[in-house]
Amino acid sequence: MVEIIQQLINGLSLGSIYALIALGYTMVYGVLKLINFAHGDVYMVGAFAGFFAATSFGWGFFPTLLFAMAVAAVLGLLIERVAYRPLRNASRIAALITAIGVSLFLENLGILILHPDPRAFPDLIGLRTFEIGPLLINNRQLVIIGTSVLLMLLLHYIVTRTKMGKAMRAVAEDGETSRLMGINIDRTIAFTFALGSALAAAAGVLVGIYYTRIDPLMGFMPGLKAFVAAVLGGIGLIPGAMLGGLVMGIAEVFVVAFISSSWKDGVAFAILILILLLKPSGLLGRAAREKA
Amino acid sequence: MGSRLGRIPCRLGLTAMVFTGLLALVLGASPVASAAQSIKIGVVGPLSGDAATFGNSVKNAVKLYFDEINKQGGIRGVRIEIIALDDKAEPNEGANAVRRLIDREKVTAIIGTTTSGPMTAAAPYANSQRVPMLSPTATKEGLTDIGPYIFRVCFVDDFQGEAMARFARENLKIKKAAILYDNSDPYSSGLANSFSRYFIQFGGEIVRKEAFGGGDQDFTAQLTRIRNSGAEAIYTPLYYTDAGLIAKQARQLGIKVPLLGPDGFDSPKLVEIGGEAVVGSYFTNHYSPHNKDPKAQEFLAKYKAAYATTPDALAALAWDAADIMADALEKALATHDVSDQQGIRESIRQTLAGLKDFHGVTGYITFDEHRNPIKVAWILQVTPEGHRVVTTIKP
Repeated sequence: MVEIIQQLINGLSLGSIYALIALGYTMVYGVLKLINFAHGDVYMVGAFAGFFAATSFGWGFFPTLLFAMAVAAVLGLLIERVAYRPLRNASRIAALITAIGVSLFLENLGILILHPDPRAFPDLIGLRTFEIGPLLINNRQLVIIGTSVLLMLLLHYIVTRTKMGKAMRAVAEDGETSRLMGINIDRTIAFTFALGSALAAAAGVLVGIYYTRIDPLMGFMPGLKAFVAAVLGGIGLIPGAMLGGLVMGIAEVFVVAFISSSWKDGVAFAILILILLLKPSGLLGRAAREKA
Repeated sequence: MGSRLGRIPCRLGLTAMVFTGLLALVLGASPVASAAQSIKIGVVGPLSGDAATFGNSVKNAVKLYFDEINKQGGIRGVRIEIIALDDKAEPNEGANAVRRLIDREKVTAIIGTTTSGPMTAAAPYANSQRVPMLSPTATKEGLTDIGPYIFRVCFVDDFQGEAMARFARENLKIKKAAILYDNSDPYSSGLANSFSRYFIQFGGEIVRKEAFGGGDQDFTAQLTRIRNSGAEAIYTPLYYTDAGLIAKQARQLGIKVPLLGPDGFDSPKLVEIGGEAVVGSYFTNHYSPHNKDPKAQEFLAKYKAAYATTPDALAALAWDAADIMADALEKALATHDVSDQQGIRESIRQTLAGLKDFHGVTGYITFDEHRNPIKVAWILQVTPEGHRVVTTIKP
């Protein structure tokens, strides 16, 4: 029983990270109906931006986090402007293939510029462990979970209480009509990319602190898993991405702990297949929510 | 080193091919002493790609050794010419390189290959052509069973597992150990098996054996299980990157027991990645620069003077391979003319087969009937500056 709770804590940490990445997938899908496969690589760039802020400027946790989020937001804007906006009216498959192209471009550019060797992320948060009875939790896990919750609350506020958030919801609901209502669609979509990218960068920095290793290909697997998480929760739905991320993280940790590590990735994708077969709209999705 | 290197992707395939070609041109065009007679020795290892430091360490040590010999007038007046080819740690490339060294370059003997994968692919041809092949560093089981012309200077993986198991039981008095290994890597899983077998044989208990797949970076689930198992040490048969990460995550989970590792820990990057979490860990190795033996110190000084860096275990093993090869050549040239290439090869094979208590920088080396060395393993402990010698384990 103690072990189950302990593994639950591990799963929550991993799940928070998946949730942060999944949010970007789901928001972009919401406004553009595009699976942005380059999203995992934006997360990688965010981690490296944090790495350089911490090592070159010697910054602490918060400045590093903000810097990484800012760099990724700019990258998100750039990707949207250069790669996706010219294809806004092209077929969805063209945009999807472009997304894969952007992803490969970022990965290989990373290998070229940053070198494929993994790097050790600096210890921005000194390690402290707390024992609660037989349970063990450390401050880094608390920071991961805390930062994620904080960012998700902030996102929730932006989406539900601000004008831009209202515009995002309107564009997600119906792009053409919102344009007729005077909403600047280009700006709204660009803002969505920036927001999602910033969240991915935050996940990148948190991963760097917790797992201590970053490399140019680190975005590939978490990117795919977060995509599964977004689909699991119901793609296009913000609370769905959070729930999907947490479920994925916990499922993965439990599989490794109680079945076998070899099954870990298999289970993640088995979840994807099952959800597509049984409830394609996701855990929180309503059937036929998606419009043509 | 392990056969893990077999699965390094061929990202740089074309570039590397061009590079190998250029290298061959440069080497081919290098001035050869026209008057003096010469013998060619081939060297094979990854000189480019992800494992490039391994091959370059071997090449540098062998070149350094024979440059010095040549400066002193060669072996019985015969110059030794080194031809180094790149195999990128890939089996096919290794087989091609060895084929070329034998058919085209007409080398007398080969020092190589550096890694186990290419050795598996390349050694059968060398053996069939009766060309002696002495690998400095390929540790995989059974490689020398390919044939009577195949030898190696490093101990095999099975002995590393045994040495660490013995050290853990007898020196550290550990009763319960856990294992965390990479089940996608034959080097790692092979070591995990031999450690586990010997640790139980020496009266210990393996309380948990956990695995992960290559490329994973979250080990918290496995480590949480290990923490609850009451293990007094964790055997992690891995290369330095994964080991550093695991050490850090173990400390985050409040695990304070030492990590035990193999020769894959031998890199300055271990402390860079693992920080203070890896300090205090123990690992088995072929060599230590802290070895007080005068011969080892002499090698250390020469290597540092030539390359401005501390030699790793690969360089030390390659130096010993060159030293053994030079000895065998010395004997061969006493009774054979330079033109009698096959005679020299047979003589080298015989000398190697009878090698006994050879004083090398990695210890005293005797070849057994399987042409594997019987030699000590060094047990080193990681310190913030690098490592210190704890003891040596005899076979």
